[in-house]
Amino acid sequence: MTDPNSFERHRYDVIVVGAGGAGLRAAIAAHDAGAKVAIICKSLLGKAHTVMAEGGIAAAMGNVWSEDNWKVHFRDTMRGGKMLNHWRMAQLHAQESANRVHELEEWGALFDRTAEGLISQRDFGGHRYARLAHVGDRTGLELIRTLQQRAVALGIDVFMECTVTKLFRDDEQRISGAFAYWRESGRFIVFDAPAVVLATGGIGKSYKVTSNSWEYTGDGHALALDSGASLVNMEFVQFHPTGMVWPPSVKGILVTESVRGDGGVLRNSEGRRFMFDYIPEYFKAETADTEEEADRWYDDKSNNRRPPELLPRDEVARAINAEVKAGRGSPHGGVFLDIASRRSTEYIERRLPSMHHQFKELADVDITAEAMEVGPTCHYVMGGVAVDADTAESVVPGLYAAGEVAGGMHGSNRLGGNSLSDLLVFGRRAGEHAAHGATEREQRAPVSDDDIRAAAEAALAPFEQDGGENPYTLQHELQDVMHSLVGIIRQASEMEKALEEIARLKERAAKLTVEGHRQYNPGWHLALDIRNMLRVSECIALAALERTESRGGHTRDDFPTTDDSWATVNLHCIADGDSVAIRHEQLPAMPDELRELFQET
Amino acid sequence: MTYDLNLRVWRGDASGGELTDYVVPVEEGEVVLDALHRLQATQTGDLAVRWNCKAGKCGSCSAEINGKPRLTCMTRLSIFEPGETVTVTPLRTFPVIRDLVTDVSYNYEKAKKVPTFSPEPRQADGTYRMQQEDVQRGQEFRKCIECFLCQSVCHVIRDHEENKEAFSGPRLFLRYAELQMHPLETNDHRDAAREESGVGMCNITKCCTEVCPEGIKITDNAIIPVKEHVVDRSYDPVVWLGRKIFRRSSDD
Ligand code: SF4
Ligand code: SF4
Ligand code: FES
Repeated sequence: MTDPNSFERHRYDVIVVGAGGAGLRAAIAAHDAGAKVAIICKSLLGKAHTVMAEGGIAAAMGNVWSEDNWKVHFRDTMRGGKMLNHWRMAQLHAQESANRVHELEEWGALFDRTAEGLISQRDFGGHRYARLAHVGDRTGLELIRTLQQRAVALGIDVFMECTVTKLFRDDEQRISGAFAYWRESGRFIVFDAPAVVLATGGIGKSYKVTSNSWEYTGDGHALALDSGASLVNMEFVQFHPTGMVWPPSVKGILVTESVRGDGGVLRNSEGRRFMFDYIPEYFKAETADTEEEADRWYDDKSNNRRPPELLPRDEVARAINAEVKAGRGSPHGGVFLDIASRRSTEYIERRLPSMHHQFKELADVDITAEAMEVGPTCHYVMGGVAVDADTAESVVPGLYAAGEVAGGMHGSNRLGGNSLSDLLVFGRRAGEHAAHGATEREQRAPVSDDDIRAAAEAALAPFEQDGGENPYTLQHELQDVMHSLVGIIRQASEMEKALEEIARLKERAAKLTVEGHRQYNPGWHLALDIRNMLRVSECIALAALERTESRGGHTRDDFPTTDDSWATVNLHCIADGDSVAIRHEQLPAMPDELRELFQET
Repeated sequence: MTYDLNLRVWRGDASGGELTDYVVPVEEGEVVLDALHRLQATQTGDLAVRWNCKAGKCGSCSAEINGKPRLTCMTRLSIFEPGETVTVTPLRTFPVIRDLVTDVSYNYEKAKKVPTFSPEPRQADGTYRMQQEDVQRGQEFRKCIECFLCQSVCHVIRDHEENKEAFSGPRLFLRYAELQMHPLETNDHRDAAREESGVGMCNITKCCTEVCPEGIKITDNAIIPVKEHVVDRSYDPVVWLGRKIFRRSSDD
């Protein structure tokens, strides 16, 4: 069963792991650059988590507000991330996203339009101008379909329902291939390839309440770590302020920020728009302090400031958390999100059709007539593989990363809408550079039989072990640990406890037992995914314990303020055998001409 | 409120299988997928089910519930009578891989045959101009989450394996309609619609429209216009000649 010669084997220039927005865009770019490329994805093509993205793609096209340009977008992004973003990534992102959106249109995407026939743009938290290109509230689906159809039209090979468990390196520690199994049959595949683009998304499945799908088990993060790359900013996990809270079965499912962008407001049980009580010093100058001003802003952005409901997500999530803790929450432990009393039924149905449908079907709530109940849900990890800003290559030659699995771009907190644009901008860059890197590499050493055999044995281990542990139980326990000990508000004693728990879970994970055989067996798949979830959870807990301040998506009860001595420090996680070690690194310094953008307010 | 649900699930693979009875504790507000997940986590660790979003947005979790093709994540348990047994079987039109997971590659093969979108060039300022009215028709079709429920319910292929070769099915007819109505498309795809998609075999029973979880009016808004277009093109030799010579305008 572990004879390397019996495995299916393929040779490519570039392997893309993941078929969300970043993966598809990378594959298209690699193909266009002349590489022989394959996409490997855990689900069927077109099901990736990107389809869940609702609000839009942030791009300073200036279609609605001509004052907008890349510099404003850059500034918003850096401030949203509390200046911890990699400046060069944020710059490239702001400069290139408009072109990436136009390209989608050329491939068939049908965005909502302005009266002039241009792509319409909507308001979102942290963005100075209406900036998000959108299709109702199903923008992610449009993005995926467009890229999926493009990739199919180009004839790119796709290995669907196929999971990568290991990356191979040659004697010089350069990438040489990947090991995977078909979920359908359980059979193994070996890929020989000098370049791998990781586009595996995030880690949300390590948390109990999350908007993320089952695929989000931190695979790419773990593969990179085990190949010698470092993970940066792992302490920063974004809790989206508005997830559904009721009924229990839908707890965590996303309620798009567009509800607030399109006029919705948050209220507590007393009916108060409590966000006015939580405007931080940092954003005072640009945030409205009366309801009247906030309401005027939707139509007149030049003379009014933004409503506090549209502060960056970390601020809003913390505020909701505090209101609920203070006993002013809604019946099911959230707060009220009200658009019904502020916009017409026709407007809500047109702008937010899928939210309307989702609440009606799953919660018996008609959002055109009553308020929704919402609360924070684990949504996105800012941390990820540390890469070169221009090429998306990690320190491991031949290993690239783009999208959520890559770190740096969003600093300590990501603005809504900046994810879809990130996928496109850095997906394309990663694909193109991977293609060049691969075609330039002259000598390609084949993956060694010993390495393949070891990978196969590791993958089959859960069938051999007879410790009797159920993978589903283990996953639930890990989710509880992360949710309650390394969640939205943190403190040292809890995180130390979490690390102890994770160590124990790691031991138990080595004794997992799975039922049945290798054919389409979710229990086995989970047993393998859990290793990645544990590895990533350890990174998050360690980095969060190390950073003794509060900033963006990392809030500490024991160090509640932002500390300037941490302003230029990035934490990098690296593999240390089976454990994780932490390294402090200096944040790359921004050139003066960009720094000047922050002088004015 | 917790209660015990009688759940009957088809277990097996390509070589055969059977309906198996389980009792699963469930809670108020839950959907069929929740019950399947709980069954998987506590009693049948290797139960094969597909899902991703659990919010009706990805189209992964399709199955037949009491004989009707549905999304398991959007089917609330409250629609069943108390004490009623809920039976979940794999989509009938596609070959079973294991348990509730079917081989849907038919749909992906058919998608490869859809002609490539070929837009007119951008305007001088690098943009395209389209009015909301003009994109709206296509936007309806692009809401499709590829759950393949319409494909599974369509009688042309539901029990007729032999028709699969020539017939692409309602999901794919949306794609042809989308191209035909796209404001920027420059090619005429009627040959493809007629020859590759087999739209002529559809006899407008509207079963596909009825099951679509996105509420897309597949038959009225996509299939009938595509059929009319194909007929128009097949029988009018003057128009046919004109098409060959001139590029069609974007909105005919
Ligand atoms: S209307 Fe046509 S495509 Fe739809 S189910 Fe009936 S025969 Fe099939
Ligand atoms: S058209 Fe409707 S039923 Fe058919 S695949 Fe798309 S969403 Fe599903
Ligand atoms: S899981 Fe996505 S539609 Fe049901």
